[in-house]
Amino acid sequence: MTPETLLLVILVIPVVTAIAIFLLDSVPDLREAATLFGAIGLFASVILLVTGMDGGERPSLYLGRAAPGLDFAFKLEPLGALFALVASGLWIVNSLYSIGYMRGNRERNQTRFYMCFAIALLGAMGVAAAGNLFTLFIFYEILTISTYPLVAHKGDANAQRGAQIYLLTLLGTSIGLLLMAIVGTSTIAGSLDFVPGGLLAGKVDPFVGSVLLLLFAFGIGKAALMPFHFWLPNAMVAPTPVSALLHAVAVVKAGVFTILKVAAYIFGIDLLNDLPATDWVLAVACFTIIASSLIAITKDNLKARLAYSTVGQLAYVTAGAMLATEAGFLGGGLQIAAHAMGKITLFMCAGAIYVATGLTDISDMRGLGKRMPWVFGAFFVASLSIIGIPPLAGGWPKFQLFLGAVEAEHAYVAWVLLISSLLNIAYLLPIPILALFPPKGTPEPAPYKRPEGAPRLVVIAPVITAAGTLVLFFAMGALARFILPITGVA
Amino acid sequence: MVEFILGRANYWAIIALMMVGLYITYQSTNLIKRLVGLSVFQTSVFLFYITLGKVAGGTAPILYGKDAYGHGGGHGAEHQSDHEAEGTSATSHDLDARAPDNSVFAEDQSVTEGIVQLADETVQGVAALEAPDIAHSAEPDVALAGAEQLELTGLQEVYSNPLPHVLILTAIVVGVATLSVGLAIVVRIRESYGTIESDEVREKDIAIADAQDADDPVVAGGA
Amino acid sequence: MIEALLAASPEFVLRHAPALLVVTPLMLAGICSFMPTGRAGWILSIVATAASTLCALVLLGQVQTVPGGIISYALGGWVPPIGIEFRVDALNILFLLLVTAFGFLAAVFSWPTVAAEVRQEKRALFYAAYMICFTGLAGVVITGDAFNLFVFLEISSIATYVLVALGGNRDRRAFPAAFNYLIMGTIGATFFVIGVGFLYAATGTLNMADIAAQLTEMGSNRVVQAAFAFIAVGLGIKAAAWPLHLWLPNAYAYAPSFVTMFLSATATKVAIYALIRFLFTVFSTEIFEPGRDFVFLFAPLAMIGMVACSFQAIFQNDVRRMLAYSSVAQVGYILLGISIGTAAGLSAGLFHLVSHALLKGALFMAVAGIVLTYQGTRISDFAGLGRAAPLTMTAFAIAGFSLIGMPLTAGFQSKWLLLQAMLDRGWGFAAAVIVAASILAVIYVGRVLQAVFFQPPANPRKVRQEAPLILLVPLWVLSIATLWFGVQSDALLSLTDFAATATLSMNEVQP
Repeated sequence: MTPETLLLVILVIPVVTAIAIFLLDSVPDLREAATLFGAIGLFASVILLVTGMDGGERPSLYLGRAAPGLDFAFKLEPLGALFALVASGLWIVNSLYSIGYMRGNRERNQTRFYMCFAIALLGAMGVAAAGNLFTLFIFYEILTISTYPLVAHKGDANAQRGAQIYLLTLLGTSIGLLLMAIVGTSTIAGSLDFVPGGLLAGKVDPFVGSVLLLLFAFGIGKAALMPFHFWLPNAMVAPTPVSALLHAVAVVKAGVFTILKVAAYIFGIDLLNDLPATDWVLAVACFTIIASSLIAITKDNLKARLAYSTVGQLAYVTAGAMLATEAGFLGGGLQIAAHAMGKITLFMCAGAIYVATGLTDISDMRGLGKRMPWVFGAFFVASLSIIGIPPLAGGWPKFQLFLGAVEAEHAYVAWVLLISSLLNIAYLLPIPILALFPPKGTPEPAPYKRPEGAPRLVVIAPVITAAGTLVLFFAMGALARFILPITGVA
Repeated sequence: MVEFILGRANYWAIIALMMVGLYITYQSTNLIKRLVGLSVFQTSVFLFYITLGKVAGGTAPILYGKDAYGHGGGHGAEHQSDHEAEGTSATSHDLDARAPDNSVFAEDQSVTEGIVQLADETVQGVAALEAPDIAHSAEPDVALAGAEQLELTGLQEVYSNPLPHVLILTAIVVGVATLSVGLAIVVRIRESYGTIESDEVREKDIAIADAQDADDPVVAGGA
Repeated sequence: MIEALLAASPEFVLRHAPALLVVTPLMLAGICSFMPTGRAGWILSIVATAASTLCALVLLGQVQTVPGGIISYALGGWVPPIGIEFRVDALNILFLLLVTAFGFLAAVFSWPTVAAEVRQEKRALFYAAYMICFTGLAGVVITGDAFNLFVFLEISSIATYVLVALGGNRDRRAFPAAFNYLIMGTIGATFFVIGVGFLYAATGTLNMADIAAQLTEMGSNRVVQAAFAFIAVGLGIKAAAWPLHLWLPNAYAYAPSFVTMFLSATATKVAIYALIRFLFTVFSTEIFEPGRDFVFLFAPLAMIGMVACSFQAIFQNDVRRMLAYSSVAQVGYILLGISIGTAAGLSAGLFHLVSHALLKGALFMAVAGIVLTYQGTRISDFAGLGRAAPLTMTAFAIAGFSLIGMPLTAGFQSKWLLLQAMLDRGWGFAAAVIVAASILAVIYVGRVLQAVFFQPPANPRKVRQEAPLILLVPLWVLSIATLWFGVQSDALLSLTDFAATATLSMNEVQP
């Protein structure tokens, strides 16, 4: 197959999967099989596509235009390829996990759940492969809309409230700020294409450029930069598979990916260095890193703590983009992959604990590790990866970001990274350690809600991804070389 | 100053009527009175149009005396060929001939002159008609007056401008239609509410709306 | 397709299409009022509106081919500027198509809801009133004579008052709503006619093209300015521009569903057309001369209206009232686009006008379908309908997304164009207001969609029941059109661009 066809295929597979799921509504086994086949097929196509990009090829696809200047165009570049790989690969693992989780909890509306999941993946693939800001915006919104039913899945008042905040924040920021930024870009540059080295380079004065940068940085609400981060903790009312794939991988990563892509292809390193607003956004990102870590420490609900952790980890990517150095971009790009692998593990562990015991609060989990060693083992490994301890995946991006901070002569960013790592240790490590090695006198944890414990699928999935963090560490060098072109340096 | 005021007596009357009408419409709660106010308001506009068409010393635009009998039918045929040739240039001719002072609204005399002159000029447009006979049978008065004045010498009497009268006849019909629909609606309001006072109607509506809101789970739950 | 239509039309139709477009429904309305049954009236109204639509298509073909792009039709053989002129050009062909096509779709769609909401002996008369209303709207658009425009405006308005009042069978609040509409509408029309009187006093002619030519020649004076003020206010009332919109929410909320649907898509739009016609051609000296920038009259009002009415829409518990307030807000968008006075702005305003007509028509059609099957228009009545009537509600959702301005819908394209026009003119703050109002739209549309798709049905009688097929087809035609213009807007955009550039150059090139 030609790269163009493959590009179309990765957009079509999620749609076909969604339709198949809809048609197989009454046959749950086949429906889940369709999800798995779709996920595997998508991952395989992405791999095929990416292997074809070794020699610097950029598969592109043109599907017509909506109006003059508004093209439906796709062009896969290394950063997008990385994002597509991560999202589609983790979809397989997550599908396995979802099947176990949804059946284990006997959730309602499962067909809608799987359909929306597939459409959300369409959104993620579209964002990854978009060739211009207009196409990116379309899929960004598809991602928002399709995940709304997932967040509101439980249907009770609490879920609806959380989902409302979720939708309103994401749509509000995207329509209110991001759309403005895109229209502004189009007015100034006369085009919306992603151009290596920066579309706006040499076309804007510092003031207009700064306004646009601020609009982009805060308009991409999915990147959860403070003060637009609160949708993410609120979205935790969703079932855990949703939190795992969407709010640790697809949705939030689509946000930071967009930030990185805009920084690299709309502004470019040189222009970013000239803009005063770059430093402001960098400062906001640093503030987000520290503040969210501090909030995370205070949260006793496991998913809330992980959510705030995510907010902080996402800000690393934004900070990397705003450092506007080669190492900063690389660090940001690698962080997308590394954090995805680590955080999905943590969420899946949280879900496994919930399915088996119904527990959601960290203080109730002391000593639970004896009964669920695999789950907490995976949790421990992933925590170490998030903190950034080699030889786990999270170490590389932190190192690169550190380099970037020094290179850009922003000493305070280096300090922020150090302090943040310490805070990460403070809010993550106690969970598995207290679970695995409870202090003497700890009361016996609550018995299993389900007599047979966690379903096997729900345990296997996080173990796979925890192992993945180890594997990823050794693949990081290759990945870094692969995404190097985004810096605009040939 | 006095002259300024007296010279525009028509307009003062129009403005007064207009304000009275609008005030009644706005102020009364009785629906019939509101319609009365509306009619007064519309009447002021009729007067306004009629004032526009008035020529000093002119009579109603109905031909009488020699004007009516002096020139019979057949003039259409007489002049048709002449004016067909002229018809092509009629528009540009119109533009040139219009006196610039017809924009000076305050000076009645010049306005009316302008309008009379306009009537002259515009009739030349009639010459370009494809079917003058049909047109004549449709609106004989207007066409005749125009055709007579075409010769600029033929008129024995001074007439007011007929066009505003025609317009206002239409507007009166529209006003009557509106009034009758309005009264019909008032009848239905009286039937279903038992009152024609708009504040009482509104109170009853609000009561219904409140009752509905009280039953509404969304409102009750959301509040 | 249009070439084929032109080739197939008899010579008589080709020559007299402008007159036939208006006269056919008027004649059939008279016949209709004698019809024994409502069904016959329905058939007649379909015939009448279909004939008008065909005439409009013929005119489209002719306008695009004649040199100069203007068709002038002398009514009764009286040559303008003396006689009444029917004049079709790039601007009003767009509106002719809008009105006739909507009239046709609405007529097809109407029968089930009329049968349910209007008493049997009134149905034939109802259709007669509908056709008269349609005639009036088409007449306003096609006429080139200022006073004739007033007459057609009142023909349509009086018929509209009657149509709104007929909603009184379902909810008696329709009567006061119709009465208030009548008072406000008549004041508006009378203001308009006063303005026309001033124009006549200043120029001595009633033909709009002729007035425009004379005003360009003689420049502005106080009489013309008075005329401008009266006409702007009068048409502003008819167009429901903020703050002259108070008649609209109740009239839309309590009229028969079908009437609301038809009016929302056409009536205010036609008034906006008249406003554009007067602002850009007749009063071009007032608008474009330096120092008399009437931009600053309309733009602030439009912006306040957008935000204020979107805000009011959030707090409505009745879906139709919510949509009515949203309509007023959307009028603000259109006026904002028009008021900046550039071709891009005018084109964007026109585009938004068409896309809003499509989506609001679809929304009200879906609501009409729900009124028919479930008898309720409150948001709580809509709870759980996503399962009970998925086809109806999916179309509703598509139109709702378009109202928000989601990508891939016509609403996104129009907002994009508006934003771009604002930024081109350097009006960043106006762009900010547009997006702020869009966010409010997210909230009010979201409230309904959430109830529809994510809340359990409020009462058990909501078994699965779609709207009848004859409702669903026009509904989906509009929804698909909304999507189509979102994905492929070239055709519509070329029409609006054509209209905008032609309108702005109209006072330079006099025929």
